[in-house]
Amino acid sequence: MTGFAFALLLTAALAGYMMNRQAAVTLRDGGQRLHSLGMFHGLYALLAVLVPAIIIVLLWLVLQSTVINRLVMAGLPDGVLDNLGSGAIQLIKAEIQSISQGRVFGDPEQWKMDAAERMNSLRAASGWLMLLVVAAVSAAALFVTRRSVRAEFRARQAVEGITMGLLISCSLVAIFVTVGIVLSLVFESIRFFQMVPITDFLFGTSWEPQIPIREDQVAAEGAFGWLPVILGTLVITFVAIVVAVPVGLMSAIYLNEFASKRFRAIAKPVLELLAGIPTVVYGFFAILTVAPAIRAWGASLGLPIAPNTALAAGSVMAVMLIPFISSFADDALSAVPRSLRDGSMALGATRAETVTKVLFPAAIPGIVGGVLLAVSRAIGETMIVVMAAGLIAKMTINPLDSVTTVTVQIVTLLIGDTSFDSPKTLAAFALGLMLFIVTLLINIVALRIVRKYRELYD
Amino acid sequence: MTDQTNDAPQASHGWASPEFQNRLSRRRRSEAILKGVGLGAILFAFLMLGILLWTLISGGTQAFRQTHITLDVPISAELVDAEDPSRGNYRNVMNEAMQVTFPDAEEGDLRALSGIVSNAAQFEVRDRIVADPSLIGQTITIKVPVSDPYDQLNKGNVDTESDETMRRLNDAAIGWFQQLQDEGRISKPINWALITNADSRFPELAGLKGAIIGSFYALLVCFLISFPLGIGAAIYLEEFAPKNRLSDVIEVNINNLAAVPSVVFGLLALAVFLGWFGMPRSAPLVGGMTLALMTMPTIIIATRAALKAVPPSIREAALGVGASKQQVVFGHVLPLAMPGILTGTIIGLAQALGETAPLLLIGMNAFVTAAPSTPLDAATALPTQIFIWADSPERGFVSRTSAAILVLLGFLVMMNALAIFLRNRFERRW
Repeated sequence: MTGFAFALLLTAALAGYMMNRQAAVTLRDGGQRLHSLGMFHGLYALLAVLVPAIIIVLLWLVLQSTVINRLVMAGLPDGVLDNLGSGAIQLIKAEIQSISQGRVFGDPEQWKMDAAERMNSLRAASGWLMLLVVAAVSAAALFVTRRSVRAEFRARQAVEGITMGLLISCSLVAIFVTVGIVLSLVFESIRFFQMVPITDFLFGTSWEPQIPIREDQVAAEGAFGWLPVILGTLVITFVAIVVAVPVGLMSAIYLNEFASKRFRAIAKPVLELLAGIPTVVYGFFAILTVAPAIRAWGASLGLPIAPNTALAAGSVMAVMLIPFISSFADDALSAVPRSLRDGSMALGATRAETVTKVLFPAAIPGIVGGVLLAVSRAIGETMIVVMAAGLIAKMTINPLDSVTTVTVQIVTLLIGDTSFDSPKTLAAFALGLMLFIVTLLINIVALRIVRKYRELYD
Repeated sequence: MTDQTNDAPQASHGWASPEFQNRLSRRRRSEAILKGVGLGAILFAFLMLGILLWTLISGGTQAFRQTHITLDVPISAELVDAEDPSRGNYRNVMNEAMQVTFPDAEEGDLRALSGIVSNAAQFEVRDRIVADPSLIGQTITIKVPVSDPYDQLNKGNVDTESDETMRRLNDAAIGWFQQLQDEGRISKPINWALITNADSRFPELAGLKGAIIGSFYALLVCFLISFPLGIGAAIYLEEFAPKNRLSDVIEVNINNLAAVPSVVFGLLALAVFLGWFGMPRSAPLVGGMTLALMTMPTIIIATRAALKAVPPSIREAALGVGASKQQVVFGHVLPLAMPGILTGTIIGLAQALGETAPLLLIGMNAFVTAAPSTPLDAATALPTQIFIWADSPERGFVSRTSAAILVLLGFLVMMNALAIFLRNRFERRW
């Protein structure tokens, strides 16, 4: 039905284009002076059909399944859903859905079969209705635009007006995405804070999200204090930054000051390669190579190192961040005006002295901005820690120990289980909200520092 | 300076004085140290890249070959009914085949012996018989993968000297395999199943077909959404937007969006696309939509840079002959900026191809044994498949994970090479 709808609206749009263009050309051949070219009259009809019809079809497709599900669930016989948790209702929904697609397992109750049948008939009706609405809208648009073809009609301005509207809505999508992120995170977090007090979340020092699903299940009580989780994140971030900053900075200094042109031309792209490797690959590298190596090293020194130590995840994350920091520091060093460098050299300073005493201090704001962006990346980095860090939250700052991170908890809480009413799932959204806020603040500060510094010398 | 002039005024001023020479050599030494440390930092990064690639290649190349066994399978009419060959007892058919191959094996060994052959063998025999029922009663020759432990043995990953109880294959099993090898039944052809099969619980059968197709659908959806939206937004911001608060807000917004952690986009998709709109879980369509939201800022930033690079003379010339502002943009500026836009788009899509975390949250890490036929079917993507395999305990999945990573990196290299080619071939320097 969707295919039909698209075919219909495309045909209508093309027909409108031909028809209006032809009409305009006829007017011109009749001796009238047109304001706009015939093509614009055609394009006007084309856009007038396409834009509203496509919006309707997309909205329809997005909302259709929700509306049909609501209708079907509301139409179930009284009493069958009484005393059922939302998980059980989800299951019934899924069963009705699969029956309606012809996959019947076992011997479902009659009311489920009826509901499935109802679902199918609603779907068919919705499809036909959509086709009808699209046809009506297209016809109306065709009719209105056909009447507008006149010599003095400013078709080009009309077309450009529609195009401008489309361009503006494209750039508004970016805002919608941000609003969507904030709304969805806040909305689910509020539901979480209705179950778990916000003070417990912010100041609690114990994180044990494995709560009982059924009454009789033996499980932990459940504790949702995020402090140990954010502490673990900071430990891993700290390890990553401590390794990545000196290496990235030193390589930027070398590339900027000492390297020959040829070496730079080769070394820079190779460094960038490190930034292009997907993080899931780094995660695999961490568990396969780095973690065993660190453990062997610890064993030879007699240090007790946990299997998924923060050192492994942190150092692999550092490798990922090296090109990031290096390119930021490189930009910052290159942005220092030539006159400063020349002045220092003219006084007899060596290259090393020029870098450490003149260029580096002048470039510090830019470098700090880059490091802050790297910190925000490290906090938000997911795959490396999901694969290489631990799952259990501990209040520890020992990097040899196994710690967990915000992103690890988000992923483990949401993999597989998505009933939206248990604090366990909703906790992931609360963590996501905190993650979003923290990284956003760091990013804003970092971007401001970088921009301000650029203006200083430009 | 002052104390030097007081103590030894003559010596410190001469360039040949020992103090000066000392100072000079000290300064040169610190320069050499800084240079050495810088070079060391770069070499450290290279070393890490080298170790990473070496780990992947040395581990992954093994998985590009798969040990196969050539077996004569007698199809007895007792086990397979000619009327309905699809319901024959093919497990026992395979057992008979092993009996024929090892005539002196005891009854109790048969179970272990049939473990040499992959589970897929019986289905391959079944498919052959269903296609040609006249084979019933004859003996057919098949070439099928061996199961994972024997594959590892053949690739030299099993230490045959170690304690028998500590490994998955005992000495008898190794002896049987040796016998098969001596009979020339064992071969190690290229493992096409890695690309032509979908996922499986058995390492010797698992392949990337489902993941590759899932990634393809997701990238296609991602491209179809983010490319027009990104170009539209960039054109508006670069060419038409008035300098006001709203434009500033949009601009800051896009810069921040580019730095939002990817897992947050996964949360957005989970809450909005799956939770509120009721879209299917694990579908490449939803994955593509999520990736599109993340790719859009990249495309916008690249498009704006490309539009900026078109010189004003082009615009002025077009405006001068009477084109409207939009005609200038769509007729002249945009086509000239296209190579730059395409380069940025391909790089953005390459990033999207490697993105894992948001896809995990919308369930694209499901265990799916069939390749998706539409973007609405449940599927995995390449990076999530790597994640699943990296989590699997079987020994065979370790090398397969490396191989899958090599396949993913291969795609990334191809996309980036295409972007570089486009840039060098079509980009103009004004």
